[in-house]
Formats: sequence, C-alpha cells, structure tokens
Amino acid sequence: MPSVLPESWLKVTERGLYCEPGDFYVDPHRPVGRAVVTHGHADHARPGNRAVLATPETLAIMRRRYGAEAGGTLEPLRYGERREIGGVRLSFLPAGHVLGSAQAVLEWQGCRIIVSGDYKRRTDPTCAGFEVMACDVYVTEATFGLPVFRHPPDEGEIAMLLTAQWQFPERAVLVGAYSLGKAQRVIALLRQAGYDRPLYIHGALQGLCDLYSELGVELGELRPATGAGKAELAGEIVLAPPSALNDRWSRRLPDPLTAMASGWMRVRARAKQRGAELPLILSDHADWDELVQTLEDVAAPEVWVTHGNEEALVHYAGAKGIRARALALIGRGEEEQEAATAEEAAP
Amino acid sequence: MKAFAELLDRLSYTAGRNAKLTLMADYFRAAPDPDRGYALAALTGRLDFATAKPAMIRGLVEQRVDPVLFGWSYDYVGDMAETVALIWPERPGANRPPELAEVVERLASASRSDSPGLVEGWLDALDATGRWAFLKLITGGLRVGVSARLAKTALAQLGDVTLEEIEEVWHGVKPPFAEVFAWLEGEGPMPRIDLRRAFRPLMLANPLDEAELAKLDPADYRAEWKWDGIRVQLAAGGGEARLFSRSGDEITQAFPDLMEAAQFDAVLDGELLVMRDGTVAPFNDLQQRLNRKRVTAKMLQDFPAHLRVYDILFHGEEDLREQGFDERRVRLEAWHAAEAPARIDLSPLLNFARWEELQALRDSARERSIEGLMLKRGDSAYVAGRPKGPWFKWKRDALTLDTVLMYAQRGHGKRSSLYSDYTFGTWRDGADGAPELVPVGKAYSGFTDEELLRLDKWVRANTTERFGPVRAVKPGLVLEVAFDAVHRSKRHKSGVAMRFPRIHRIRWDKPIEDADRLPTLEKLIEE
Ligand SMILES: [Zn+2]
Ligand SMILES: [Zn+2]
Repeated sequence: MPSVLPESWLKVTERGLYCEPGDFYVDPHRPVGRAVVTHGHADHARPGNRAVLATPETLAIMRRRYGAEAGGTLEPLRYGERREIGGVRLSFLPAGHVLGSAQAVLEWQGCRIIVSGDYKRRTDPTCAGFEVMACDVYVTEATFGLPVFRHPPDEGEIAMLLTAQWQFPERAVLVGAYSLGKAQRVIALLRQAGYDRPLYIHGALQGLCDLYSELGVELGELRPATGAGKAELAGEIVLAPPSALNDRWSRRLPDPLTAMASGWMRVRARAKQRGAELPLILSDHADWDELVQTLEDVAAPEVWVTHGNEEALVHYAGAKGIRARALALIGRGEEEQEAATAEEAAP
Repeated sequence: MKAFAELLDRLSYTAGRNAKLTLMADYFRAAPDPDRGYALAALTGRLDFATAKPAMIRGLVEQRVDPVLFGWSYDYVGDMAETVALIWPERPGANRPPELAEVVERLASASRSDSPGLVEGWLDALDATGRWAFLKLITGGLRVGVSARLAKTALAQLGDVTLEEIEEVWHGVKPPFAEVFAWLEGEGPMPRIDLRRAFRPLMLANPLDEAELAKLDPADYRAEWKWDGIRVQLAAGGGEARLFSRSGDEITQAFPDLMEAAQFDAVLDGELLVMRDGTVAPFNDLQQRLNRKRVTAKMLQDFPAHLRVYDILFHGEEDLREQGFDERRVRLEAWHAAEAPARIDLSPLLNFARWEELQALRDSARERSIEGLMLKRGDSAYVAGRPKGPWFKWKRDALTLDTVLMYAQRGHGKRSSLYSDYTFGTWRDGADGAPELVPVGKAYSGFTDEELLRLDKWVRANTTERFGPVRAVKPGLVLEVAFDAVHRSKRHKSGVAMRFPRIHRIRWDKPIEDADRLPTLEKLIEE
C-alpha cells in the first residue's frame, strides 16, 4: 500500500491530468506552463505550451508538425533517464505505439503511477517495443476496450494487401493510414514482406515519412503520388491520410481499390461506413487481449481507464479484484483524425 | 475453409461487379476439389443441410464469455453471427482448422444432438474471419451481394464458355460439381444430362415503359393476362416429370397432384395456380402449398394445383426455342388438344387491335386475380435471360394505404446497425370501443439511405419496449404503404395479408389519427 493516496497528487482537471507536487500536466489538451507529452499524436501533443518535456523523437515530431508553436522550451528526456520535478521523479518507458511514444512513470513519496499514453504490445518495426514496469496505479487507454476487438497478426493483413495489388493490376490500391505512425508502419511492414517496388504517397505524409527516415527508420523508395499519371499508378500501392480517400484528390488514381488500415476495421459495420473495399485491421492501439495482458503484467492494484470503451475494461478489472475507475478526460481519441485533416489542408 | 472465408470477406466489401467476378474466378482457379464445388454450392444456394439455429450458437458462446461483456459487444456490433465470431475466445492449436468440404459433409450427416459439439470444435479451430464465414454458412445466410447468376458467370469465365452453357447443365449436376470443373478446365467433356427433364433457363420480361407504347406496333405483339401465381417450368419425359421454380429450384415434391397429370413428353412454361371449380383462387391459397416437404390429403383437396401454360420449349426431343412465339403457340395448342391433360389449360391470347383497347383490359384487371398483362412479340424466339425488347410486363397500378409505424427491427448486413424493417398497422375499434392499432404488414424497402437514417433516429427516440432486435415504438409516424394486392389470412392478427408491401412515402407531416382504418383495407380483398 503506497503511503499517499494516488488521487491526492495526480488529478483530473479541465486541462488534463495534473501532477500537483510537480506542477506539470501529462498530455494537456490546452496550453499550460509545463507539459509532459507521451507521444506526438494531436490528441496528446498540442502546440503552445511554455515548457515541454518529452522523448527526443516526440520533440522532433512536434517541431515538424508545429514549427515554432511546438513549445517555449523543449526538453528531451530519453527512455530510462530520470528527472526530478518538485520532488516528483519522472522517467519514460517505451510504449510501442509510434516512434518516440512513451509511458510516463511518476513517483512521489513511495507511490508509483504510470500513465500509458497510447500503447500496443505487438512488435512494430518503426518504434521501440512496450516495456513492462510494476506500479501502484496504471492509467491505461482503452480505445479498443471491448472483447470483439482482437487484432489479427500483421502479416496476414499485409498479405491481403499484396494479394489485392497482384489481383487487380489495372487498379491502384489506395491505403488510408494516419500520417503519424500508421503510414510508416504500413510501409515498413510491406518492406518486411519483401515488397520492394516504389510506394506512392500523398503530400501530407511526406514530412513525417522524411522525419522517420532521418531518425533511422528504413522506408525504401517513396514517390509523390501527386505528380504521377494514371498509367504509372496502375497496379501500384498508394498511401494517403484517411480524409483523402473519398475526396477529389483520389480521382487522379486509376479505379482505386480503397483499403483502410485501422483497428476499427474489425467491425464490419464500421468498415462499410468508411467505404473500405479492403479493410486492413492494423492498429497502433492495444486490442482487448493486450489490454488484459497488460493489466496482468503491471500487476497494479488500481487502474484508471481513459479514452475508449472504459466501462467494459472497468467491469473486467473489477471482476479480477482490481480497483478500477473511468477517467473522464476531455478531448481524447477523436481528434487524432481531425488534426490530421487540418494538417493536410495546410500548404 | 480459410480461402473460402477470405473470399466471402472480400466479396462482402466489394461493390463492383467485375471485381466480384475476378475474386470468384481466382478462387475457383486456386481452390482444390471438392472445396471449390461446395463454395459454388454455397454461393448459388445449393447446399443442403439443416441450418443451425442462432439460439444454439448463442448458447455456446454464453458458456465461454462473460454475459455482460457479450451484451455490450452485441450492442456495439449489431449482428449476432459477427459478434460471436469476434468474441469467441481462441484456443490456438486446439484443433486443426477444417476444410470447407469437411464442414459441409459432416454437417449433412450429423444428427441434431451431434451438431453443437461439432460447431464448438470448429469455432475453436478457426480464426475470426473463418468463424464469421462458418457461422454465416451454417445459419443459412451468406448475404455477400452475389446472386447465383453472378457466381455462374464467374464459373463461365473459368472455362471460357457462355453463361447459357452453364445454365444448360446446371440442374443436371450436383455439388461438389467435380465434372463441371473438369469440363471447364479442359480435362473432361461437357457433363451429359438427361435433357428431357432438365431445367431450361427462363425467358423474362422487362417492365413496360408506357411512354414507349406509342412507338410499338400493336400488330407485332400478342397479349396474355399476367396471372397472380408463380412462374414454373414443367419438364416431363420418359415417364418422369419435374417442376422448377423460375430460379430453377425443384419443387416437384410439393405438387404430386399436378405431377400425376404430367404423363407426356414436353417442357412447358406456365403459371402455377390453385384452381377451384374453374376459378383461380387468391395467391394466399397457393402459398399454403409452397415450401412444404410433405402435403396432406386435405391440402390436396382444399388447394388443388393447376398449371396454366403459355409456352412450349420442347416437344419430345424437338427443341422449339429457336422458333417464333406464334409458331410455338400453334405447336402448344396442337399439343394441348392432342394430350388433353388434366389440371393443365392454356393461357388465352387476348384480342386487341389498338393499345387503348389493351389499356382498358388492364384497368379492368383489378377484379380478376390478375397482376396485369404480358406483351410478347409474335416473332420472338425463346431466349434465356431478360433480353431487351421482345417481352414486356405491364403491371396494374399498386394500391396504397396510410398506416402507422408500430415496430422496427434491425436489418442485415450493411444495415445491421440500423432499424430498417418496419411493421405497420391500421386503426380498428378495440374491445372497449376505443380505436386501437392492429399490425397489417411489414416492409423494408422503398426509402432512400437518407430517409433510412432519419427513420432509424426516429425509432431510437420513440422506443417504448425492446425485444431482442425489435423495438416497439410510440404511435406517431404515418407510413404510406404501396402493395400489389391483399388477401385474407388466418395467420395474421388483422385477418389480412398484403402482397409486396413497400414504403411509398413517409408522411412526417400527417397526424396518426388520419391514418386508414382496417375496413378500408378489407374492402380491397379479392375473393
Ligand atoms: Zn496516439
Ligand atoms: Zn490517444
């Protein structure tokens, strides 16, 4: 039993999770004095904070996305390094979600709380794998917090993509993938499967793909899709952010076969709503089995659940004798998509 | 099973006809016998085993999964088979995943008490997509947007033959169709079947666009009544006879009275009816005879079957299909005069010189248990499918009625998360004299996607009770329903049943008190 009550020093506020003794926020959704940022997705990393503490990769992503707005001072903290802030000891553990993603480990007066940010447990060729650490309270995401969400192995999904590319040589296979993390992972998985043709990408993916390459993630030959003619794109794989799938931009492609890479594709009604002809169940979030496995691994007596289907995971944890509650954090989850759209609209 | 499951999965998401054909043809090329034959049977609705009940599958999953989590999951997913497929706790390596042929063959021979154990074992061995396809297969509804005709078109591509050639052999061959694949791949002859008793694909008519009528010469066309029965083909020869529905399903067994009369050697195209004392009985009477494996003596007596013939395709060995309609008609009349079979008469040709005369006949059709008129060119050969031009159907106008929405049910497939099947009612006097609603029909078509979203929202906001996928709603929305006819029915609480009801207009504006009353509907019954 920790000496202090966890909720007495880490609180849910309007701006996000607030660590009182350290006077900092974790992933605040409005500008604050000091922000600890778990990863670069827009629903976690926002512009305009006075001081930002994050992994060097996350800071690089923020700089690429927000430029001068990334924050007043940007302070890097590598995985495993420690930093004292107002008596609170802070460190980062890899979260396996996207490049630079971290779980924030907070320790104060003998009580350890880990804020997962977003995470997944399976291997991802574009980022460091999730690491387990025991704690008193685990703050977990639950984007896919229902037992119907169990992501199949990546290889099978990539094989379906390659089958479609081979089966329809007169069409372009257009893959919808978020611009940070998912797009690069799909590319890296294709390369792993031995696909060495050039891949064509939408302009909105260029900046982050370049950054990944600069940070040492091998993506092979990428070409801009925008300048290429219809004949050139027949039989090729093209990647674009999801918002570009059904808009004017995709009309330049020869009879596009629309694939969408997302964990939501597991449920048919969702996939059909998205208009996907080839749903690819590729997610950067933990599926139900991974969530459950993580609760077991970190062995925390108390769990706080954020963004997603909180009620089911809270119910499950309760049945296992874990104290669990849903955290009502504002602005989590949905905005990843909106932010991506705003980014594409920019020149 | 894996390849078949992937095929169904891809088909369910693919809208384009050509893309569907590619997916199926590639599958038929790659999959081994007999798996591909059973896949073909599944896609064309020719698998034969007792389907599993959703309740049995729900029972299996409830032994494995927390009911609270299952409930939330089902709510989210909206489809029982899919929820079970996704939530089923895997036991990797528990069993070897079955091949499609194994599933089909073992289920066909399994007893009622054996099947839950079999199903459970297979669910353990398959992956999520495999479980989904498997559950769709055994609960009897693939719903992947592929018609039997499209599947046969893909098959034809495999061997570079025409769809008509496939249709010629189709009803003489059985799953898993090994000899068909051998023929298509050039490793065997075209399957030989006894043509005298095989199904021949029907010639179908296009709806008449009345604006076009002026361009047609009445002298070129023959007219017949369009009877309110079901279109059938009777193929008799060598002392045996078979009866097929218009899609080629054999329904011989349900009509022993008619088959007994078929002691001749000919293939006929006609309308199956129930006839009493020389008068055509309402469609509802015919319904009593359909979809039955066994017929009782009482049913034979109460609902005697009759065939009203309008075309002859073969006489003996002679194929008449290349000849014109008029020539076939002469042959048909001669044949009928010579044979004079019981229970079989000819559909008369109607006399007319001008289109106006025909129009008057059609408008009088309301009283005659008739759906409208058929127009056929005198020189038209009998061509399989629905060629443009030679044959038209000219239906009489639909009836409409203002009803009140009472219940809504979740749809299937793409509509599984939407309330898209509507039960509606009309007013009548209740036991205490106050008006009450009584359900008179169910419709799930006739509205746009946008209207569907709005209806779904309305249903959710006005729900009073839930029973599984069905919601009862507060009376508050008038639906104008169109239908082709109405009959008496003992099976319906209202005592009436509509034929082909569909939503005509949604009357968001109309007060429910102004909806129609049951007696209005009863007046439209055809005796
Ligand atoms: Zn994220
Ligand atoms: Zn997130």
